[in-house]
Amino acid sequence: MVEHSLENSVLPAPNSPVAIRRRAWRELKDRLARYGVAFGGLSVIFAIVLIFFYLLYVVMPLFYGADIEVKTEFKGQANSAVHITLNEYNDVGLSLNMQGEARFFVAETGETMLTPKLPLVESEITSFSKGAPSTGVFGYGFANGQALVFKQDYKISYPNDKRKITPRIEYPMGEEALYIDLEGQPLDLISVQSNGEQTTIAAVTADNRLVLKSLIREQDFMDEDVFTIEEQTAEVVLPELSKNTHLAIDIDQRELYLVDSNGMISYYDIQTLSALRLVQKVNAVPAGVEVTSLEFLTGGISILVGRSDGKIDQWFPVRDKDNNYTLYNVRSFHEQSDAIVAIAPEYARKGFVALDAGGQMGIYHTTAERTLLVEPLVDSKVDHSVMAISPRANGLLSLTAGGQVKLLHIENEHPDVSWHSLWEKIWYESRDKPEYIWQSSSASNDFEPKFSLTPLTFGTLKAAFYAMAIAVPLAIFGAIYAAYFMSPGMRKIVKPTIEIMEALPTVILGFLAGLWLAPIVEGNLPGVFSIFIMTPIMIVLTAWLWTRLPRTFRERIPDGWEAAILIPVVLLVAFASLSMSSTLEALLFGNNMPEWLNNHGFGFDQRNSLVVGMVMGFAVIPTIFSITEDAIFGVPKHLTIGSLALGATPWQTLTRVVILTASPGIFSAVMIGLGRAVGETMIVLMATGNTPIMDFNIFEGFRALSANIAVEMPEAEVASSHYRVLFLAALVLFMATFFFNTVAEVVRQRLRNKYSSL
Amino acid sequence: MSDKSFSHWVKSGSPWVWLNAGAVSICLVMVVGLLGLIAVRGLSHFWPADVVEVSYTEPGQKVEVIMGEMIDNELVPAARLKRVGVDLPEGQESAERILMKVGNRDQFGLDFRWVNGPWLAEPTYPEEIISIERREWGRFYGRLVSVKQQGKVVATGEGSYEELQKRLSRSNDLIGQIKHLEHGEIGQINHGIETIRLDRRRLELAGEMKGSMAYVELEESEKQFDTQYKELQAKLADLYAALNRDQMVVKMSDGREVEIPLAKVVLTHQPNKMGIVEKLGFYVHAVWEFVSGDPREANTEGGVFPAIFGTIMMVMIMAVLVTPFGVIAAVYLKEYASQGPIIRLIRIAVNNLAGVPSIVYGVFGLGFFVYFLGGNIDELFFQASLPAPTFGTPGLMWASITLAILTVPVVIVATEEGLSRIPRAIREGSLALGATKAETLWRTVLPMAAPAMMTGLILAVARAAGEVAPLMMVGVVKLAPALAVDNIAPYLHLDRQFMHLGFHIYDVGFQSPNVEAARPLVYATAFLLVMIIIVLNIAAIGIRNRLRENFKASEN
Repeated sequence: MVEHSLENSVLPAPNSPVAIRRRAWRELKDRLARYGVAFGGLSVIFAIVLIFFYLLYVVMPLFYGADIEVKTEFKGQANSAVHITLNEYNDVGLSLNMQGEARFFVAETGETMLTPKLPLVESEITSFSKGAPSTGVFGYGFANGQALVFKQDYKISYPNDKRKITPRIEYPMGEEALYIDLEGQPLDLISVQSNGEQTTIAAVTADNRLVLKSLIREQDFMDEDVFTIEEQTAEVVLPELSKNTHLAIDIDQRELYLVDSNGMISYYDIQTLSALRLVQKVNAVPAGVEVTSLEFLTGGISILVGRSDGKIDQWFPVRDKDNNYTLYNVRSFHEQSDAIVAIAPEYARKGFVALDAGGQMGIYHTTAERTLLVEPLVDSKVDHSVMAISPRANGLLSLTAGGQVKLLHIENEHPDVSWHSLWEKIWYESRDKPEYIWQSSSASNDFEPKFSLTPLTFGTLKAAFYAMAIAVPLAIFGAIYAAYFMSPGMRKIVKPTIEIMEALPTVILGFLAGLWLAPIVEGNLPGVFSIFIMTPIMIVLTAWLWTRLPRTFRERIPDGWEAAILIPVVLLVAFASLSMSSTLEALLFGNNMPEWLNNHGFGFDQRNSLVVGMVMGFAVIPTIFSITEDAIFGVPKHLTIGSLALGATPWQTLTRVVILTASPGIFSAVMIGLGRAVGETMIVLMATGNTPIMDFNIFEGFRALSANIAVEMPEAEVASSHYRVLFLAALVLFMATFFFNTVAEVVRQRLRNKYSSL
Repeated sequence: MSDKSFSHWVKSGSPWVWLNAGAVSICLVMVVGLLGLIAVRGLSHFWPADVVEVSYTEPGQKVEVIMGEMIDNELVPAARLKRVGVDLPEGQESAERILMKVGNRDQFGLDFRWVNGPWLAEPTYPEEIISIERREWGRFYGRLVSVKQQGKVVATGEGSYEELQKRLSRSNDLIGQIKHLEHGEIGQINHGIETIRLDRRRLELAGEMKGSMAYVELEESEKQFDTQYKELQAKLADLYAALNRDQMVVKMSDGREVEIPLAKVVLTHQPNKMGIVEKLGFYVHAVWEFVSGDPREANTEGGVFPAIFGTIMMVMIMAVLVTPFGVIAAVYLKEYASQGPIIRLIRIAVNNLAGVPSIVYGVFGLGFFVYFLGGNIDELFFQASLPAPTFGTPGLMWASITLAILTVPVVIVATEEGLSRIPRAIREGSLALGATKAETLWRTVLPMAAPAMMTGLILAVARAAGEVAPLMMVGVVKLAPALAVDNIAPYLHLDRQFMHLGFHIYDVGFQSPNVEAARPLVYATAFLLVMIIIVLNIAAIGIRNRLRENFKASEN
């Protein structure tokens, strides 16, 4: 090496072309290195910053409103349509009118595709009803008391790899009209529901009777074509006080709602027609206001009541303790000012579109209590108009009596989440009061997702609280001792041990917590508490006894090794407590403390917050310990020496000088520990039952944000509301820990400056 | 006097000092106890424990003979025993309850059984009991009756155990050959056929006419593969026939005789006959099987080799990614960037990222890498295999990159610390001699900071090896069908999913159907993981300490 450089040391003259070339080359390399490093460094930093922005980018669409875009608008023939529908692909519509004419048409052009001839009866049509949108069932009521039930159906085929839709009409109860009212009175109002097996038809006759007919089709086990129909009927004479305006049966054919012109809602239980009863009659609107439309929300639990003052109320029956149902007005939307003439519920979500007499359209979501959009849809104020929403809730078709057709594309991906639904109490369907619930999925289609982050955040904080309750005293006391009293010989052992403790994978801690510690804690609950109480007492007692020992004996162990003396004491206390446990249990808690707790109103889970607190405390101790130790150890020596020289005891020096000086460091240690406890995943995932309940009971489990992400993320459908809410949970964790760490870091930097100035 | 001095003692603060000391002792007891627990439970699993035979009489029931290993025992208070109908003699307050591993799950239904001590007779340890490790249904305990070849008895009584061992090594040999054939040559052919399918799809996408030259060529090679496949299939069938030749008949503790095909047996031993040396030999063998074998029975038995391999692969790829980027970022922050408030802010942000929960990185990795980047890569380069995703699904590469981002702050912080410890004089000396900044960095500063980088890298690797939460989203599976490295081009398959020791612990400990039987294995896996991480950490600590001493020397 040396010889080599000597050989090269015969340098060319400074201004010779060779030297100039070489300098230029070196300068170029230097510059390249500068740019290369800057680029590399900045791109790493960029990648790190990207995390935050990517999370935000995924979460943002949750809070967007709805957007509409007019796809086509044209003038068709004038018509008297009473109802229209739009199919799944927003390309075929069906219109029905009171003359019994059905017409399938291309939604974009209005061109007729098919006009099926319905087998009408020789009598005037007096009423029309649509079943739940997802079933596609409709019914006409006739002046002679008969009713016809029919159903729309789309056959989809792919000739030449292109989608072809063939619409048709089916008759689930046969092509013959059914006799609903045997007395032959005109059916003024009608409501039908059919799910293939069971069909229920309800009608209000001109002489003010409510007649019901239910048909249950029972398939033969052996032969598909053989079936029997079981028929039930019921009849109720209605009071003659007012005119009935709306009638509706829910999709499960269990409830019937009848609304009259005074705004009274009558709620009937029709589960078995023979036991039909009026459950409740309630006034839904103040005087002077009328009910102008009545529609079920998908799932058939809630009804939406559109009023003449533009308000829309959601009602659903709530069960009380005695199993009685009462209708409650759960929430209202008042964003429109004219009478609500039509409500179109979404097929799969708890949202709906409402149209008012002024031509304004509003898009709403009930659970999230969101008004996503209010915009004019049809311009004429006089026209009678109808509208339909497509099954995927991304298309809307409207039709005015004058023949004005409008096809809209709706961009409304995540109406079901709002700030309110994430953090506040929500009154969910079939619940008896507003609650915080996390329940993201279920087997049924018309399920109401319950995305409340509150119980999860609560779980995270609960876990962190119990972990910190155990970790903070142990870590800070330990660090004070290690930094201030411990002999250097012992420090050499203790510090690496604690550092190794920090490196232990949390999956191992979680596994031990769930499978080893939890059963031990459950079996020796009194013993565990006795450890908590007895350990400090025994330590102080040992210390006192130690001072009583003869000096010659004491001097054999040098100062700063107290911790070593205490190890057998700690072990002994633990052993004694655990062996006493069953005796204590027999004495105080009737042989079984978990059972005793249950009997006294404290739920007990085997995997509970106590176990999590102990193990996560263990995981957090080293973090707090090392930072606190650093802070205390870094207190300038002249401060302590000065204090001691003035006659203070070591303890006084510690509490009045050292800890005060180091307190910002201790604070930042606690913050960083808290950040770690909040974000820890594997321990909370493995050591709790992961039930999202909100209860501060130390003997019950919880579900933390992080564990929730780990459990549900792999199953969440990409870009669904659920997926984005889980990203939001991650973002919340990110921001919370980032906040704790930044505060800690800033405090620590200032402390460092203070130390260096001292 | 005593009272006064006690209050004086309290006032002096001494009890507080002792309480502080107590906190340290509690921490030490916890760490050491925890490590000891894992070590004892994990290591004892492989010891060939003696198999007892003991008769057991439940009151009112027939005498039965139980054969198995004693796993655990506990003292149960008399009151609790009374509830299950065990009356202890007056004055005795508790009795022993023993957990026996009785094995023979296919016959008895359960591997484990709690028995009450007072009902047990004196245990015996007959030498002829054999313990059989099977490929299915766990362990089997019994007495060897005979060895059969195609249903005909070939050995019985004396010498049959030796005959069994001979035939067992033959059947294990055959299994090795079958495995080799299935994974090697047949795997190649399957890969070839899959390639042809993709080629055909590619031609379709390119709009090639059916029946053109390219199609014909593909058909030709497909035919070739087909004939090769048939040959191998025949060979395989022969091997299987040979494998199924031998059986053994074993008598269980209850006197029933069971025939076990040797194809289903991994190995047998006679624990009660073994001396301590033999047992040690067996122990070493069992540990070796554990670290080098494949898992069986939904991971609850066998080895963890794929998990070790997966962990190491993932960590290695991560290390290759994280080192250059971490070092460059640190060099930029420390040497090139002007030290203003913005750089201070960035430094704080980088420090804080080390504290961001790992699950957040997992969510980011899944959303950004797997779905966004992976989805786009598939669209661009792997269109033929769509809709089956290639990189648009969790896999080794995404897991490594995600963990690289997770650990890059560790490397940055450690490298920066190393750089800041290098005395100014060295830098200035180099510059004064006419070196450019880049030369100074490359020739003097970076070599001196190398140990610091090494420390950062080791800490990053230790952290990555223990992380599980993010991996659950970006690539870990409970059972990977193939390792990420094999004999099929391109040899390293970054798109494959992999197994991981930490996830193995979570999965086997919490998701497996037979947690009780799997628990010792989980402890063993945990011990392995802890050992890897502790060794890495001790290495990092050692390097750091040496580094500090070196600089102390150069400063003086």
